[in-house]
Amino acid sequence: MVSKRIVLRFPHRLLDQPIVCNLVKKFDLEFNILKAYVTPREEGLLVLELRGEDGAYDEGVGYLKSLGVSVQPLSQDIIRNIARCTHCGACVVVCPTDALVLEPLTRKVLFYDNKCIGCELCIKACPTRAMETHF
Amino acid sequence: MAKTIKEINEKIRSGKAVVVTAEEIIDIVEEKGVTQAAREVDVVTTGTFGPMCSSGIYFNIGHSKPRTKLGGGTVFLNDVAAYAGYAAVDVLLGATALPEDDPRNKVYPGEFKYGGGHVIEELVAGKDIKLVVTTYGTDCYPRRKLETWINIRDLNEAVLFNPRNVYQNYNCAVNLSDKVIYTYMGVLKPNLGNANYCSAGQLSPLLNDPLYKTTGIGTRIYLGGGVGYVAWTGTQHNPGVPRGENGVPKGGAGTLALIGDLKQMKPDWLMGTSFQGYGVTLTVGVGIPIPILNEEICRYTAVKDTDILAPIVDYSKTYPQREPGTLGQVSYAKLKSGEIEVSGRRVPTASLSGYPKAVEIAETLKDWIKKGEFLLTEPVAYLPGPDSGYAFKPLNERPLE
Repeated sequence: MVSKRIVLRFPHRLLDQPIVCNLVKKFDLEFNILKAYVTPREEGLLVLELRGEDGAYDEGVGYLKSLGVSVQPLSQDIIRNIARCTHCGACVVVCPTDALVLEPLTRKVLFYDNKCIGCELCIKACPTRAMETHF
Repeated sequence: MAKTIKEINEKIRSGKAVVVTAEEIIDIVEEKGVTQAAREVDVVTTGTFGPMCSSGIYFNIGHSKPRTKLGGGTVFLNDVAAYAGYAAVDVLLGATALPEDDPRNKVYPGEFKYGGGHVIEELVAGKDIKLVVTTYGTDCYPRRKLETWINIRDLNEAVLFNPRNVYQNYNCAVNLSDKVIYTYMGVLKPNLGNANYCSAGQLSPLLNDPLYKTTGIGTRIYLGGGVGYVAWTGTQHNPGVPRGENGVPKGGAGTLALIGDLKQMKPDWLMGTSFQGYGVTLTVGVGIPIPILNEEICRYTAVKDTDILAPIVDYSKTYPQREPGTLGQVSYAKLKSGEIEVSGRRVPTASLSGYPKAVEIAETLKDWIKKGEFLLTEPVAYLPGPDSGYAFKPLNERPLE
């Protein structure tokens, strides 16, 4: 089994296609929608947690790419700029998934991007704006 | 065995001074006792890195040709409003200033992405800053419009001057209401969703010198990555608040006004800061050395997070309405554990002050002193203490007739 958090970007021409529905039917994948919107340029952005058998997952992603949907890991879109992080912890209490936690011994803030669901609550809660979104 | 600052400075010059941080002194005193520790240790260094309002800069831009009188006109630095009411070309910029066209909280909660604190950070970083002046002409200062890039390297003097920094202790902020509130203590979730505090605790400068025995006007300090000085009592200085037996105040008490040459400071330690729904400010790094002149001073520096208490204050009603009362006291040891109990509920905590960065400041100052690069100073005058009668008064409004 493989489970990954990915960001899909749909070009304008695909907006009226039932792509995720086909993805699920054809490759027997489970999905959990974390974020979805249509940008002002009428491109679609969908953040998914996608889960399935290894082979089926790869084929599914291949199917998306063959249609012209860009696929990239969520960890590339929510980033911590470590140079601006003061390790205060203001983000820790707003993070719903414990992706941002305080390491008790060093009192440093750790960011586990594999736990991030891209909710962006940390972006504005961070006083020095060390958390960056690149959606 | 009492020591003098002169004797300690001799040791610093000859590279023999024993310097430890306010974290390290705790174990030393525990292990060896205060008498032995006071004999062995010469200096304890403190540190703090947190958002500090009442920070700002002033600088002199030199005279344009033909001359322009900024005073009496309007001045903007990267579109952020500055103040020039001192003279012709002296400019003052506060950390909380905003661009004229910033929507503030019109779309609530406002983002406050850029303001005075960010201009200060960029100026210190050596970036060009856009200066736009509109003013009136005089016979000796005829020009009415001035638009130019300025850079810190070309300024005559550039000075960080913070009327109130390094608060001695502070509130732990919570929200008793049923909706999210956006405060200078960060985002506070409803129904005691989180508790935010802002102090380095056992490493914080004035918690290690609770009665202002060594820190006074003229004290040389670490400021914004460079060297600065205590200029004066900070605004809102309030030494008369209740204190524990260890002299540590049980709430916000003493404050310091700090000053230093901005040109030798670093942007890593003067950071523009945004509080959603509240505004902008500056996160400032400060470290104060404490000369261990005697056992009493040594005992103060060994203060631990367990012995420092912060009042828990509701920021949905009590604080904004200036009502009295707290929800109790909590130690910094508890706050730093990540969870406290308020009114029978378990509440996750967060700090606004960056503790690992405070440690870094205390270590840097220790290093400077050990290398003989930083000598200690005798205060020129002392700050008003707990028995001085000096107090922070509220505003009593008088209606305009």
